[in-house]
Amino acid sequence: MATSSAHAELPAVSAKTSSIFSLFSESAAIAEVELKKVLRDPTELFTRAVQPTLWLVVFGQVFSRVRGIPTGNVSYLAFMTPGILAQSVLFAAIFYGIAVIWERDLGIIHKLLVSPAHRAAFVLGKAISSGFRGGMQCVIIYILALALHIQIQWKVLSILGVFAGVGLGSAIFATFSLIIACIVKSRERFMGIGQVLTMPLFFASNAIYPLALMPKWLRVVALVNPLTYLVDALRGLMIAGGQNTHNMAGNFGLLIAIFVVLAAIAARLYPTLVR
Amino acid sequence: MSDAQTNGNSSGAAPGAPEAAIETFALTRNFGEICAVDHISLGVPHGEIFGLLGPNGAGKSTTIKMLTTLLEPTSGTARVAGFDIVAAPEEVRRRIGYVPQMLSADGALTGIENLTLSAKLYGMARAERKERIAEALEFMGLADAATRLVRTYSGGMIRRLEVAQAMLHRPAVLFLDEPTIGLDPVARRTVWERLRELKERYGITVLITTHDMDEAEELCDELAIMHQGKIGVIGKPAELRATLGEGATLDDVFAHYSGGSIHEGGNYGDIQRTRRVASRLG
Repeated sequence: MATSSAHAELPAVSAKTSSIFSLFSESAAIAEVELKKVLRDPTELFTRAVQPTLWLVVFGQVFSRVRGIPTGNVSYLAFMTPGILAQSVLFAAIFYGIAVIWERDLGIIHKLLVSPAHRAAFVLGKAISSGFRGGMQCVIIYILALALHIQIQWKVLSILGVFAGVGLGSAIFATFSLIIACIVKSRERFMGIGQVLTMPLFFASNAIYPLALMPKWLRVVALVNPLTYLVDALRGLMIAGGQNTHNMAGNFGLLIAIFVVLAAIAARLYPTLVR
Repeated sequence: MSDAQTNGNSSGAAPGAPEAAIETFALTRNFGEICAVDHISLGVPHGEIFGLLGPNGAGKSTTIKMLTTLLEPTSGTARVAGFDIVAAPEEVRRRIGYVPQMLSADGALTGIENLTLSAKLYGMARAERKERIAEALEFMGLADAATRLVRTYSGGMIRRLEVAQAMLHRPAVLFLDEPTIGLDPVARRTVWERLRELKERYGITVLITTHDMDEAEELCDELAIMHQGKIGVIGKPAELRATLGEGATLDDVFAHYSGGSIHEGGNYGDIQRTRRVASRLG
Protein backbone atom coordinates (compact mmCIF):
# COMPACT_ATOMS: atom_id res chain seq x y z
CA MET A 1 0.00 0.00 0.00
CA ALA A 2 3.03 2.28 -0.02
CA THR A 3 2.76 5.38 -2.09
CA SER A 4 5.50 7.31 -3.75
CA SER A 5 5.14 9.97 -1.09
CA ALA A 6 7.66 9.83 1.70
CA HIS A 7 5.26 11.81 3.89
CA ALA A 8 2.67 9.13 3.84
CA GLU A 9 4.80 6.88 6.00
CA LEU A 10 5.79 9.41 8.64
CA PRO A 11 2.66 9.64 10.79
CA ALA A 12 2.18 5.91 10.87
CA VAL A 13 5.23 5.53 13.10
CA SER A 14 3.58 6.81 16.25
CA ALA A 15 0.38 4.97 15.45
CA LYS A 16 1.82 1.66 16.52
CA THR A 17 0.92 2.11 20.17
CA SER A 18 -1.72 -0.30 21.26
CA SER A 19 -5.30 0.53 20.46
CA ILE A 20 -6.60 0.54 24.03
CA PHE A 21 -3.83 2.81 25.20
CA SER A 22 -4.44 5.27 22.39
CA LEU A 23 -8.19 5.20 23.02
CA PHE A 24 -7.46 6.11 26.64
CA SER A 25 -4.99 8.89 25.82
CA GLU A 26 -7.27 10.36 23.15
CA SER A 27 -10.22 10.36 25.55
CA ALA A 28 -8.03 11.99 28.19
CA ALA A 29 -6.97 14.67 25.70
CA ILE A 30 -10.61 15.51 24.94
CA ALA A 31 -11.56 15.50 28.62
CA GLU A 32 -8.58 17.67 29.54
CA VAL A 33 -9.60 20.33 27.05
CA GLU A 34 -13.19 20.33 28.32
CA LEU A 35 -12.09 20.66 31.93
CA LYS A 36 -9.66 23.44 31.10
CA LYS A 37 -12.56 25.37 29.64
CA VAL A 38 -14.77 24.93 32.73
CA LEU A 39 -12.01 25.91 35.12
CA ARG A 40 -11.22 28.96 33.02
CA ASP A 41 -14.83 30.10 33.29
CA PRO A 42 -16.35 28.51 36.40
CA THR A 43 -19.52 30.64 36.50
CA GLU A 44 -21.39 27.59 35.23
CA LEU A 45 -20.42 25.66 38.35
CA PHE A 46 -21.76 28.36 40.63
CA THR A 47 -25.05 28.82 38.82
CA ARG A 48 -25.56 25.09 39.11
CA ALA A 49 -25.50 25.38 42.88
CA VAL A 50 -28.63 27.54 42.87
CA GLN A 51 -31.20 24.88 42.08
CA PRO A 52 -30.13 22.27 44.64
CA THR A 53 -29.96 25.03 47.24
CA LEU A 54 -33.59 25.93 46.53
CA TRP A 55 -34.68 22.31 46.69
CA LEU A 56 -32.93 21.59 49.96
CA VAL A 57 -33.39 24.90 51.74
CA VAL A 58 -36.93 25.74 50.63
CA PHE A 59 -38.70 22.58 49.47
CA GLY A 60 -36.82 20.27 51.84
CA GLN A 61 -37.29 22.39 54.95
CA VAL A 62 -41.01 22.73 54.36
CA PHE A 63 -41.66 19.11 53.45
CA SER A 64 -39.68 17.95 56.45
CA ARG A 65 -42.55 19.25 58.56
CA VAL A 66 -45.19 17.30 56.70
CA ARG A 67 -43.92 13.98 58.00
CA GLY A 68 -46.23 12.21 55.58
CA ILE A 69 -43.46 10.49 53.67
CA PRO A 70 -42.02 7.37 55.27
CA THR A 71 -38.25 7.71 55.14
CA GLY A 72 -37.17 5.05 57.58
CA ASN A 73 -34.83 6.13 60.33
CA VAL A 74 -33.59 9.32 58.65
CA SER A 75 -35.21 12.75 58.39
CA TYR A 76 -36.96 13.69 55.16
CA LEU A 77 -34.28 16.30 54.49
CA ALA A 78 -31.57 13.67 54.84
CA PHE A 79 -33.63 11.30 52.69
CA MET A 80 -33.93 13.76 49.83
CA THR A 81 -30.33 15.07 49.88
CA PRO A 82 -28.92 12.23 47.75
CA GLY A 83 -31.98 12.60 45.50
CA ILE A 84 -31.26 16.29 44.98
CA LEU A 85 -27.61 15.51 44.28
CA ALA A 86 -28.66 13.01 41.62
CA GLN A 87 -31.19 15.47 40.24
CA SER A 88 -28.66 18.29 39.94
CA VAL A 89 -26.34 15.90 38.11
CA LEU A 90 -29.15 14.89 35.76
CA PHE A 91 -30.24 18.45 35.03
CA ALA A 92 -26.69 19.55 34.26
CA ALA A 93 -25.63 16.54 32.21
CA ILE A 94 -28.79 16.24 30.14
CA PHE A 95 -27.96 19.53 28.39
CA TYR A 96 -24.35 18.60 27.78
CA GLY A 97 -25.08 17.59 24.20
CA ILE A 98 -25.89 21.14 23.21
CA ALA A 99 -22.17 21.92 23.27
CA VAL A 100 -21.68 19.27 20.61
CA ILE A 101 -24.27 20.90 18.35
CA TRP A 102 -22.46 24.19 18.86
CA GLU A 103 -19.13 22.57 18.01
CA ARG A 104 -20.69 21.00 14.98
CA ASP A 105 -21.90 24.37 13.70
CA LEU A 106 -18.42 25.76 14.26
CA GLY A 107 -16.64 22.97 12.39
CA ILE A 108 -14.77 21.62 15.40
CA ILE A 109 -16.45 18.22 15.08
CA HIS A 110 -15.47 18.03 11.41
CA LYS A 111 -11.87 18.53 12.29
CA LEU A 112 -11.95 16.01 15.14
CA LEU A 113 -13.53 13.38 12.91
CA VAL A 114 -10.93 13.79 10.19
CA SER A 115 -8.24 12.83 12.73
CA PRO A 116 -7.42 9.14 13.10
CA ALA A 117 -8.55 9.13 16.76
CA HIS A 118 -11.04 6.46 17.83
CA ARG A 119 -14.62 7.61 17.36
CA ALA A 120 -15.33 6.31 20.88
CA ALA A 121 -12.68 8.67 22.27
CA PHE A 122 -14.83 11.70 21.43
CA VAL A 123 -17.70 10.20 23.42
CA LEU A 124 -15.59 8.92 26.33
CA GLY A 125 -13.74 12.23 26.59
CA LYS A 126 -17.01 14.11 26.97
CA ALA A 127 -18.31 11.52 29.44
CA ILE A 128 -15.18 11.76 31.59
CA SER A 129 -15.34 15.53 31.69
CA SER A 130 -19.03 15.36 32.56
CA GLY A 131 -18.11 12.95 35.35
CA PHE A 132 -15.64 15.45 36.76
CA ARG A 133 -18.22 18.22 36.61
CA GLY A 134 -20.52 15.92 38.55
CA GLY A 135 -17.78 15.63 41.15
CA MET A 136 -17.76 19.38 41.56
CA GLN A 137 -21.53 19.31 42.10
CA CYS A 138 -20.92 16.67 44.76
CA VAL A 139 -18.70 19.06 46.66
CA ILE A 140 -21.43 21.70 46.55
CA ILE A 141 -24.07 19.31 47.92
CA TYR A 142 -21.76 18.13 50.69
CA ILE A 143 -21.25 21.75 51.72
CA LEU A 144 -25.01 22.40 51.65
CA ALA A 145 -25.64 19.26 53.67
CA LEU A 146 -23.13 20.39 56.27
CA ALA A 147 -24.78 23.81 56.49
CA LEU A 148 -28.19 22.17 56.98
CA HIS A 149 -26.84 19.84 59.69
CA ILE A 150 -27.66 16.70 57.74
CA GLN A 151 -25.92 13.65 59.16
CA ILE A 152 -23.34 12.64 56.60
CA GLN A 153 -21.57 9.32 56.52
CA TRP A 154 -17.96 10.43 56.95
CA LYS A 155 -16.27 7.25 55.79
CA VAL A 156 -13.62 7.47 53.12
CA LEU A 157 -15.07 4.54 51.19
CA SER A 158 -18.58 5.97 51.33
CA ILE A 159 -17.43 9.35 50.08
CA LEU A 160 -15.41 7.76 47.30
CA GLY A 161 -18.48 5.72 46.45
CA VAL A 162 -20.62 8.86 46.23
CA PHE A 163 -18.14 10.52 43.89
CA ALA A 164 -17.88 7.37 41.77
CA GLY A 165 -21.66 7.06 41.55
CA VAL A 166 -22.11 10.72 40.69
CA GLY A 167 -19.33 10.53 38.08
CA LEU A 168 -20.96 7.51 36.53
CA GLY A 169 -24.44 9.03 36.59
CA SER A 170 -23.13 12.23 35.10
CA ALA A 171 -21.40 10.27 32.34
CA ILE A 172 -24.60 8.34 31.63
CA PHE A 173 -26.83 11.38 31.25
CA ALA A 174 -24.20 13.30 29.27
CA THR A 175 -23.84 10.40 26.86
CA PHE A 176 -27.61 10.11 26.59
CA SER A 177 -27.64 13.82 25.81
CA LEU A 178 -24.97 13.31 23.17
CA ILE A 179 -27.15 10.69 21.50
CA ILE A 180 -30.08 13.11 21.38
CA ALA A 181 -27.79 15.80 19.95
CA CYS A 182 -26.58 13.42 17.22
CA ILE A 183 -30.20 12.71 16.28
CA VAL A 184 -31.75 16.19 16.35
CA LYS A 185 -28.67 18.22 15.31
CA SER A 186 -30.28 21.58 16.06
CA ARG A 187 -30.13 23.64 19.22
CA GLU A 188 -33.81 24.57 19.21
CA ARG A 189 -35.07 21.00 18.95
CA PHE A 190 -32.48 19.87 21.46
CA MET A 191 -33.58 22.41 24.07
CA GLY A 192 -37.19 21.33 23.62
CA ILE A 193 -36.39 17.67 24.10
CA GLY A 194 -34.10 18.38 27.05
CA GLN A 195 -36.86 20.31 28.81
CA VAL A 196 -39.37 17.57 28.15
CA LEU A 197 -37.08 14.85 29.52
CA THR A 198 -35.76 16.29 32.75
CA MET A 199 -38.90 16.57 34.86
CA PRO A 200 -40.33 13.12 34.01
CA LEU A 201 -36.96 11.49 34.73
CA PHE A 202 -36.85 13.31 38.04
CA PHE A 203 -40.42 12.65 39.18
CA ALA A 204 -40.49 9.07 37.94
CA SER A 205 -37.65 8.22 40.29
CA ASN A 206 -37.06 7.73 43.99
CA ALA A 207 -35.29 11.10 44.29
CA ILE A 208 -37.76 12.84 46.61
CA TYR A 209 -40.12 10.02 47.65
CA PRO A 210 -39.64 6.29 48.08
CA LEU A 211 -40.73 3.81 45.42
CA ALA A 212 -43.10 2.25 47.95
CA LEU A 213 -45.35 5.31 47.84
CA MET A 214 -45.79 5.20 44.08
CA PRO A 215 -48.80 3.81 42.23
CA LYS A 216 -47.86 0.61 40.48
CA TRP A 217 -47.53 2.05 36.94
CA LEU A 218 -45.20 4.77 38.16
CA ARG A 219 -43.10 2.26 40.04
CA VAL A 220 -42.64 0.33 36.81
CA VAL A 221 -41.46 3.49 35.07
CA ALA A 222 -39.16 4.31 37.97
CA LEU A 223 -37.59 0.88 37.80
CA VAL A 224 -36.45 1.41 34.21
CA ASN A 225 -35.15 4.88 35.02
CA PRO A 226 -31.38 4.89 35.60
CA LEU A 227 -31.78 7.83 37.99
CA THR A 228 -33.53 5.49 40.46
CA TYR A 229 -30.45 3.29 40.78
CA LEU A 230 -28.15 6.27 41.10
CA VAL A 231 -30.31 7.75 43.87
CA ASP A 232 -30.54 4.40 45.60
CA ALA A 233 -26.76 3.95 45.59
CA LEU A 234 -26.18 7.50 46.83
CA ARG A 235 -28.80 7.09 49.55
CA GLY A 236 -26.97 4.09 50.93
CA LEU A 237 -23.58 5.77 50.75
CA MET A 238 -24.01 9.41 51.59
CA ILE A 239 -26.30 9.67 54.60
CA ALA A 240 -25.68 8.30 58.08
CA GLY A 241 -28.36 5.67 58.58
CA GLY A 242 -29.43 5.92 54.93
CA GLN A 243 -30.44 2.69 53.26
CA ASN A 244 -30.34 1.44 49.73
CA THR A 245 -33.26 -0.76 48.72
CA HIS A 246 -31.36 -2.49 45.91
CA ASN A 247 -28.06 -4.29 46.22
CA MET A 248 -25.16 -1.79 46.07
CA ALA A 249 -23.08 -3.86 43.65
CA GLY A 250 -26.20 -4.36 41.55
CA ASN A 251 -26.77 -0.59 41.42
CA PHE A 252 -23.23 0.07 40.25
CA GLY A 253 -23.18 -2.89 37.89
CA LEU A 254 -26.38 -1.72 36.25
CA LEU A 255 -25.15 1.87 35.94
CA ILE A 256 -21.91 0.69 34.34
CA ALA A 257 -23.82 -1.54 31.93
CA ILE A 258 -26.12 1.35 30.95
CA PHE A 259 -23.13 3.58 30.37
CA VAL A 260 -21.38 1.03 28.16
CA VAL A 261 -24.47 0.56 26.02
CA LEU A 262 -25.10 4.31 25.69
CA ALA A 263 -21.43 5.01 24.90
CA ALA A 264 -21.45 2.36 22.17
CA ILE A 265 -24.56 3.90 20.61
CA ALA A 266 -23.15 7.42 20.88
CA ALA A 267 -19.84 6.40 19.28
CA ARG A 268 -21.83 4.96 16.37
CA LEU A 269 -23.95 8.10 15.96
CA TYR A 270 -21.20 10.67 16.52
CA PRO A 271 -19.88 10.64 12.93
CA THR A 272 -23.40 11.32 11.61
CA LEU A 273 -23.19 14.81 13.16
CA VAL A 274 -21.31 16.08 10.13
CA ARG A 275 -23.30 14.37 7.40
CA MET B 1 -2.75 16.96 -17.64
CA SER B 2 -1.41 19.38 -20.21
CA ASP B 3 -4.59 20.19 -22.06
CA ALA B 4 -7.84 21.44 -20.73
CA GLN B 5 -10.38 18.71 -21.09
CA THR B 6 -14.04 19.15 -21.53
CA ASN B 7 -15.25 15.60 -21.54
CA GLY B 8 -17.25 16.12 -18.39
CA ASN B 9 -16.97 13.15 -16.15
CA SER B 10 -13.51 11.78 -16.64
CA SER B 11 -10.43 13.88 -16.77
CA GLY B 12 -7.25 14.77 -14.93
CA ALA B 13 -4.36 12.40 -14.36
CA ALA B 14 -5.12 8.96 -15.65
CA PRO B 15 -6.75 7.04 -12.80
CA GLY B 16 -4.33 4.40 -11.61
CA ALA B 17 -1.28 6.52 -12.31
CA PRO B 18 1.00 5.94 -9.31
CA GLU B 19 1.94 9.57 -8.88
CA ALA B 20 -1.58 10.80 -8.11
CA ALA B 21 -2.14 12.02 -4.54
CA ILE B 22 -5.90 11.99 -5.05
CA GLU B 23 -7.82 9.92 -7.55
CA THR B 24 -11.57 9.57 -7.68
CA PHE B 25 -13.39 6.80 -9.51
CA ALA B 26 -16.96 7.67 -10.48
CA LEU B 27 -17.35 9.17 -7.01
CA THR B 28 -21.04 9.71 -6.31
CA ARG B 29 -23.19 10.89 -3.43
CA ASN B 30 -26.94 11.14 -3.35
CA PHE B 31 -29.02 12.80 -0.67
CA GLY B 32 -32.41 11.22 -1.16
CA GLU B 33 -33.48 12.11 -4.67
CA ILE B 34 -30.81 14.73 -5.11
CA CYS B 35 -27.49 13.77 -6.62
CA ALA B 36 -24.97 16.10 -4.96
CA VAL B 37 -21.88 14.55 -6.57
CA ASP B 38 -22.41 12.74 -9.84
CA HIS B 39 -19.81 10.18 -10.94
CA ILE B 40 -16.76 12.38 -10.80
CA SER B 41 -13.40 10.95 -11.82
CA LEU B 42 -10.35 13.10 -11.44
CA GLY B 43 -6.72 12.89 -10.42
CA VAL B 44 -4.49 15.30 -8.57
CA PRO B 45 -0.72 14.75 -8.89
CA HIS B 46 1.55 14.94 -5.86
CA GLY B 47 2.75 18.38 -4.84
CA GLU B 48 0.08 20.33 -6.67
CA ILE B 49 -2.34 22.95 -5.40
CA PHE B 50 -5.65 21.94 -6.89
CA GLY B 51 -8.73 24.14 -6.81
CA LEU B 52 -12.28 22.89 -6.88
CA LEU B 53 -14.43 25.74 -8.15
CA GLY B 54 -18.14 26.01 -8.34
CA PRO B 55 -21.18 27.94 -7.21
CA ASN B 56 -22.74 27.15 -3.84
CA GLY B 57 -24.48 23.81 -4.05
CA ALA B 58 -22.27 22.54 -6.89
CA GLY B 59 -21.08 19.62 -4.76
CA LYS B 60 -17.66 20.90 -3.70
CA SER B 61 -18.21 20.48 0.00
CA THR B 62 -19.78 17.06 -0.44
CA THR B 63 -16.78 16.00 -2.51
CA ILE B 64 -14.36 17.22 0.14
CA LYS B 65 -16.36 15.48 2.87
CA MET B 66 -16.08 12.20 1.00
CA LEU B 67 -12.36 12.63 0.31
CA THR B 68 -11.73 13.38 4.00
CA THR B 69 -13.77 10.29 5.07
CA LEU B 70 -16.50 12.31 6.78
CA LEU B 71 -19.11 11.05 4.36
CA GLU B 72 -19.36 7.70 2.61
CA PRO B 73 -19.94 7.72 -1.13
CA THR B 74 -23.22 6.33 -2.42
CA SER B 75 -21.22 4.67 -5.18
CA GLY B 76 -17.73 4.87 -6.61
CA THR B 77 -14.69 5.52 -4.49
CA ALA B 78 -11.44 7.45 -4.29
CA ARG B 79 -7.84 6.89 -3.31
CA VAL B 80 -6.25 9.55 -1.16
CA ALA B 81 -2.54 9.38 -0.28
CA GLY B 82 -2.48 5.83 -1.57
CA PHE B 83 -5.46 4.44 0.35
CA ASP B 84 -9.06 3.79 -0.48
CA ILE B 85 -11.47 6.13 1.35
CA VAL B 86 -14.11 3.42 1.71
CA ALA B 87 -11.92 0.39 2.43
CA ALA B 88 -9.26 2.05 4.59
CA PRO B 89 -10.59 5.33 6.03
CA GLU B 90 -8.27 5.14 9.06
CA GLU B 91 -5.20 4.95 6.85
CA VAL B 92 -6.45 7.91 4.86
CA ARG B 93 -7.05 9.91 8.06
CA ARG B 94 -3.47 9.45 9.22
CA ARG B 95 -2.20 10.95 6.00
CA ILE B 96 -4.44 13.96 5.48
CA GLY B 97 -5.08 17.30 7.11
CA TYR B 98 -8.33 19.22 6.93
CA VAL B 99 -9.31 22.83 7.48
CA PRO B 100 -13.11 23.14 7.45
CA GLN B 101 -14.82 26.17 6.00
CA MET B 102 -16.17 27.11 9.40
CA LEU B 103 -13.98 28.25 12.24
CA SER B 104 -12.74 25.07 13.76
CA ALA B 105 -10.15 26.37 16.22
CA ASP B 106 -11.51 26.51 19.76
CA GLY B 107 -11.75 30.12 20.89
CA ALA B 108 -11.81 29.19 24.57
CA LEU B 109 -8.35 27.61 24.30
CA THR B 110 -4.94 29.11 23.54
CA GLY B 111 -3.11 28.49 20.28
CA ILE B 112 -0.81 25.97 21.91
CA GLU B 113 -3.72 24.14 23.55
CA ASN B 114 -5.48 23.80 20.22
CA LEU B 115 -2.32 22.43 18.66
CA THR B 116 -1.66 20.08 21.57
CA LEU B 117 -5.13 18.58 21.25
CA SER B 118 -4.57 17.93 17.54
CA ALA B 119 -1.15 16.41 18.19
CA LYS B 120 -2.57 14.08 20.82
CA LEU B 121 -5.39 12.96 18.57
CA TYR B 122 -2.77 12.06 15.97
CA GLY B 123 -0.98 9.98 18.59
CA MET B 124 2.21 12.00 18.72
CA ALA B 125 4.57 11.29 21.61
CA ARG B 126 5.44 14.16 23.91
CA ALA B 127 8.88 15.03 22.53
CA GLU B 128 7.71 14.84 18.93
CA ARG B 129 4.67 16.90 19.86
CA LYS B 130 6.65 19.78 21.32
CA GLU B 131 8.98 19.91 18.38
CA ARG B 132 6.23 19.80 15.76
CA ILE B 133 4.10 22.39 17.56
CA ALA B 134 7.02 24.81 17.80
CA GLU B 135 7.79 24.23 14.13
CA ALA B 136 4.19 24.75 13.02
CA LEU B 137 3.81 27.92 15.11
CA GLU B 138 7.01 29.30 13.66
CA PHE B 139 6.03 28.34 10.12
CA MET B 140 2.62 29.97 10.43
CA GLY B 141 3.98 33.11 12.12
CA LEU B 142 2.09 32.54 15.35
CA ALA B 143 4.93 31.96 17.80
CA ASP B 144 4.27 35.25 19.62
CA ALA B 145 0.55 34.59 20.00
CA ALA B 146 0.86 30.95 21.01
CA THR B 147 -0.23 31.39 24.62
CA ARG B 148 -3.09 33.77 23.92
CA LEU B 149 -6.71 32.64 23.85
CA VAL B 150 -7.78 32.09 20.26
CA ARG B 151 -10.83 34.30 20.74
CA THR B 152 -8.44 37.25 20.86
CA TYR B 153 -6.95 36.33 17.45
CA SER B 154 -7.78 38.07 14.19
CA GLY B 155 -9.54 36.11 11.45
CA GLY B 156 -6.30 35.65 9.54
CA MET B 157 -4.49 34.38 12.62
CA ILE B 158 -7.24 31.86 13.31
CA ARG B 159 -6.98 30.56 9.78
CA ARG B 160 -3.22 30.23 10.09
CA LEU B 161 -3.64 28.41 13.39
CA GLU B 162 -6.04 26.00 11.71
CA VAL B 163 -3.54 25.34 8.96
CA ALA B 164 -0.89 24.81 11.64
CA GLN B 165 -3.18 22.25 13.30
CA ALA B 166 -3.74 20.50 10.01
CA MET B 167 -0.03 20.31 9.09
CA LEU B 168 1.29 19.11 12.49
CA HIS B 169 1.40 15.46 11.53
CA ARG B 170 2.95 16.21 8.10
CA PRO B 171 0.03 15.06 6.00
CA ALA B 172 0.57 14.00 2.41
CA VAL B 173 -2.60 15.80 1.37
CA LEU B 174 -4.15 18.91 2.88
CA PHE B 175 -7.80 19.78 2.27
CA LEU B 176 -9.11 23.31 2.79
CA ASP B 177 -12.74 24.23 2.35
CA GLU B 178 -12.95 27.90 1.29
CA PRO B 179 -9.68 28.77 3.06
CA THR B 180 -9.82 32.55 2.75
CA ILE B 181 -13.54 33.24 2.89
CA GLY B 182 -14.22 36.35 4.93
CA LEU B 183 -10.56 37.35 5.25
CA ASP B 184 -9.25 40.80 4.41
CA PRO B 185 -6.91 41.05 1.39
CA VAL B 186 -3.72 41.10 3.44
CA ALA B 187 -4.68 38.10 5.54
CA ARG B 188 -5.75 36.33 2.38
CA ARG B 189 -2.36 36.82 0.75
CA THR B 190 -0.59 35.58 3.85
CA VAL B 191 -2.62 32.38 3.81
CA TRP B 192 -1.89 31.86 0.09
CA GLU B 193 1.78 32.44 0.63
CA ARG B 194 1.88 29.93 3.52
CA LEU B 195 0.04 27.31 1.47
CA ARG B 196 2.50 27.73 -1.39
CA GLU B 197 5.36 27.38 1.07
CA LEU B 198 3.81 24.21 2.50
CA LYS B 199 3.81 22.78 -0.97
CA GLU B 200 7.39 23.90 -1.69
CA ARG B 201 8.98 22.95 1.59
CA TYR B 202 7.09 19.79 2.54
CA GLY B 203 5.80 18.65 -0.83
CA ILE B 204 2.26 18.57 0.52
CA THR B 205 -0.51 18.23 -2.03
CA VAL B 206 -3.22 20.81 -1.40
CA LEU B 207 -6.84 20.65 -2.47
CA ILE B 208 -8.99 23.70 -1.86
CA THR B 209 -12.56 24.57 -2.68
CA THR B 210 -13.22 28.16 -3.56
CA HIS B 211 -15.44 30.47 -5.48
CA ASP B 212 -12.95 33.26 -5.38
CA MET B 213 -11.51 33.77 -8.86
CA ASP B 214 -8.42 35.59 -7.62
CA GLU B 215 -7.66 32.70 -5.36
CA ALA B 216 -8.12 30.24 -8.21
CA GLU B 217 -5.90 32.24 -10.53
CA GLU B 218 -3.09 33.06 -8.12
CA LEU B 219 -2.92 30.06 -5.87
CA CYS B 220 -3.96 27.03 -7.87
CA ASP B 221 -1.78 25.03 -10.26
CA GLU B 222 -4.85 23.38 -11.63
CA LEU B 223 -8.59 23.88 -11.44
CA ALA B 224 -11.72 21.82 -11.80
CA ILE B 225 -15.00 23.64 -12.24
CA MET B 226 -17.94 21.82 -10.72
CA HIS B 227 -21.53 22.36 -11.62
CA GLN B 228 -24.55 20.40 -10.41
CA GLY B 229 -22.39 17.61 -9.08
CA LYS B 230 -20.33 17.16 -12.22
CA ILE B 231 -16.90 18.32 -13.32
CA GLY B 232 -17.39 20.82 -16.12
CA VAL B 233 -13.74 21.21 -17.04
CA ILE B 234 -10.25 20.63 -15.66
CA GLY B 235 -7.08 22.48 -16.54
CA LYS B 236 -4.46 25.01 -15.57
CA PRO B 237 -5.89 28.51 -15.13
CA ALA B 238 -4.14 29.84 -18.25
CA GLU B 239 -5.31 26.89 -20.35
CA LEU B 240 -8.87 27.35 -19.23
CA ARG B 241 -8.80 31.01 -20.19
CA ALA B 242 -7.30 30.10 -23.55
CA THR B 243 -10.17 27.74 -24.37
CA LEU B 244 -12.53 30.71 -24.45
CA GLY B 245 -10.30 32.78 -26.69
CA GLU B 246 -8.20 35.86 -26.15
CA GLY B 247 -8.98 38.24 -23.33
CA ALA B 248 -11.19 35.77 -21.49
CA THR B 249 -11.02 35.91 -17.71
CA LEU B 250 -11.53 33.09 -15.26
CA ASP B 251 -14.90 34.61 -14.48
CA ASP B 252 -15.87 34.00 -18.09
CA VAL B 253 -14.59 30.45 -17.90
CA PHE B 254 -16.52 29.94 -14.72
CA ALA B 255 -19.71 31.34 -16.18
CA HIS B 256 -19.27 29.24 -19.29
CA TYR B 257 -18.87 25.93 -17.47
CA SER B 258 -21.14 26.47 -14.53
CA GLY B 259 -23.98 27.73 -16.67
CA GLY B 260 -24.32 31.12 -15.07
CA SER B 261 -22.99 33.66 -12.71
CA ILE B 262 -20.89 32.78 -9.71
CA HIS B 263 -23.34 34.46 -7.39
CA GLU B 264 -26.21 32.21 -8.32
CA GLY B 265 -27.09 29.03 -6.59
CA GLY B 266 -26.73 27.93 -3.00
CA ASN B 267 -29.51 27.22 -0.62
CA TYR B 268 -30.46 28.94 2.60
CA GLY B 269 -28.11 26.73 4.61
CA ASP B 270 -25.11 27.57 2.43
CA ILE B 271 -25.72 31.27 2.68
CA GLN B 272 -26.30 31.14 6.40
CA ARG B 273 -23.07 29.22 6.91
CA THR B 274 -21.05 31.54 4.71
CA ARG B 275 -22.37 34.64 6.43
CA ARG B 276 -21.73 33.17 9.84
CA VAL B 277 -18.13 32.41 8.97
CA ALA B 278 -17.66 35.80 7.40
CA SER B 279 -19.01 37.62 10.43
CA ARG B 280 -16.90 35.59 12.81
CA LEU B 281 -13.75 36.09 10.80
CA GLY B 282 -14.43 39.78 10.23
